[in-house]
Amino acid sequence: MLESVSVTVADSHRAIDAVWRIESPRLIAGLTRIVHDVGLAEDLAQDALVAALEQWPESGVPDNPGAWLMATAKHRAIDRLRRNERLERKQEQLGRELELQQEMAMADLGTQSDDDVGDDLLRLMFISCHPILAPEARVALTLRLLASLTTEEIARAFLVPVATIAQRIVRAKRTLTEARVPFEVPSGAELDTRLSSVLQVIYLVFNEGYAATAGDDLMRAGLCEDALRLGRILAGLAPKEPEVHGLVALMEIQASRSRARVGPSGQIVLLLDQDRGRWDPLHISRGLAALERAEKLGGALGPYTLQAEIAACHARARTAADTDWARIAALYDALAQLVPSPVVELNRAVAVGMAFGPAAGLELVEALASEPLLKTYHLLPSARGDLLEKLGRLTEARAEFERAASLTQNARERDLLLERAAACARAAS
Amino acid sequence: MPRFLMYEIDAKAVAANTPPGPELMAEMGKLVEETTKAGILLATGGLGPNSTHVRSSGTKVSVTDGPFTETKELTGGFALIEVKTRDEAIEWAKRFRKIVGDGESVIQEVFGG
Repeated sequence: MLESVSVTVADSHRAIDAVWRIESPRLIAGLTRIVHDVGLAEDLAQDALVAALEQWPESGVPDNPGAWLMATAKHRAIDRLRRNERLERKQEQLGRELELQQEMAMADLGTQSDDDVGDDLLRLMFISCHPILAPEARVALTLRLLASLTTEEIARAFLVPVATIAQRIVRAKRTLTEARVPFEVPSGAELDTRLSSVLQVIYLVFNEGYAATAGDDLMRAGLCEDALRLGRILAGLAPKEPEVHGLVALMEIQASRSRARVGPSGQIVLLLDQDRGRWDPLHISRGLAALERAEKLGGALGPYTLQAEIAACHARARTAADTDWARIAALYDALAQLVPSPVVELNRAVAVGMAFGPAAGLELVEALASEPLLKTYHLLPSARGDLLEKLGRLTEARAEFERAASLTQNARERDLLLERAAACARAAS
Repeated sequence: MPRFLMYEIDAKAVAANTPPGPELMAEMGKLVEETTKAGILLATGGLGPNSTHVRSSGTKVSVTDGPFTETKELTGGFALIEVKTRDEAIEWAKRFRKIVGDGESVIQEVFGG
C-alpha cells in the first residue's frame, strides 16, 4: 500500500517537472515584466514550483497549471513586497503593489492575450542575451530561463563544475539588476545589434552540441536540440526577422547530418564522404522551409541565411558529385563581403577549387598563407594539401597534411590527415 | 532530445466518419500553434478514415482494403514532437485530450531520429 503511494508521489513529481519545463519560461517572463527584476522573478517562479510540489500530489494537477503557477507566484510577490517595505521606498512599493493587484485582476479575467505572453518571452530572450553580459553568461542564463535547463544540466553539457555555472547565473542576474536593464524589445538600429546577440547565443549553444563526440554525455549533444528549440521559439516570436529563419534553417540542415558525420568506430566523416541516405529528411525539409521563409521576407540576405543557403546546396545534392559548387563559391563570396573573415575566405577558396579547378582554388589559398589568424588553423594546410594533391604535387601535399595533423587538437582528425599524408607518400614513390 | 509519436486510437469521430466541428478545429489550431511556438512540434497531420492493410506471410503478400470495423485501429491524427522527457510528452497529450473529448492517445518514442 505504502509502496503504491510513494510511486504516485514520484509520478506526480515527474508530471510537475514536465509542467515546469513547459511553463517556466512564460512564467518567468511574465513575472519579470511585473517585478522588473529577472532574479526576483525566477525566485518567485521557484516559490510557485515549491508550492506546486507541496499541493499538486494531493490535489492533482490543476486544469490550467500555467495560470495556477502565475497566480501563486504573484501572491508571493505581494507577500515579499509587504515584508520588504521600507520607509524611504514606501511610495514606490505601494505603487508596485497596486500594479500587481491590477495585473492579477487582469489575469483572472483572462485578458492577457497570447501576444502579450509572446512579447514577454521575447523581452526575456533579449535581456538574457544582453551585450552587457559576457557571452558565456548569456548562454547559461538563456539555457536556464528560456530552455528550462537546470544548473546541473548546463554544467554537464558544458563540461564545467556546477558551481561555476551557478555563479555565472547569479552574477548575470545581478549585473542586469544593477544596470537596470529595461525589460523591453529594443527598436530601431538597436534591434539589429541586440537581435544578432540573441542569434549568436543560440548558434553558440548549437555549435557546442555539434562539437560533442560519441563518448560525451548525451546532455552535451542535446544542446543542438536545445538550440533548435530556442531558434524555433524565436521564429514564432519574431516571425518577420529573416535572419531568425536563416539561423533555424542553418541549424536544421546541419542537424540533419548528425547521424552521418560519425563513422562506425567514432571517426569523423567529412561532408563529401557522408552517406547521404543517413541524412535526416525531416530536418532537411524543415530547414529548407525555414530558408524559404527567410527569403520570402525579402531584403539582402544576412550571414545566417547565406550560410543556410550554402548548407542547402549540399542538402539538395543527391550525391556529392551533384553539388553546385559554382553557387556555393558565389554564396561564400557574398558572405565574405558581409562578414570578412579568413575562415570564410578559406571556405570560398575550397569551393572555387571544386567549381573551377584546383589551380584556381590554390591561388586563393596561397593568398591566405600569411594570414596571422590562420597561423595555427589546421584546415588551412589541410585545404592546401588537398588542392596540391589534386594537382599531382604530392611531395608538397604530403608536407601540408603532416603540418595540418600537427596542428589539430582532435585525435581522430589527426589520424585522417596522417593517413592522407601516407597516401601521398605511397603515390609519389 | 527524444522524439515521440503521438496518435489517437479509438477516435469516435473518425469511427463515425464525422468531420470535426469548427469549435474543435479552432481549439486544435490553437494547440498546434502553441506547440509550434514552443518549438517542439516537428510534424503533424490528420489521417483519413480509409486504411489499407498489407500483410506478409511466408512468401505471400496480401492487400486488404479498409475501413475496418475494429475501432482500435482508427486513428484521428498524429503529431511528432521533440521534448526532453516522456513526461513532457504526456503533459502535451493531456492538453490534447482535454480538447478533443473522449478517446485515447498513444505515445511512443521514435528512435533513430
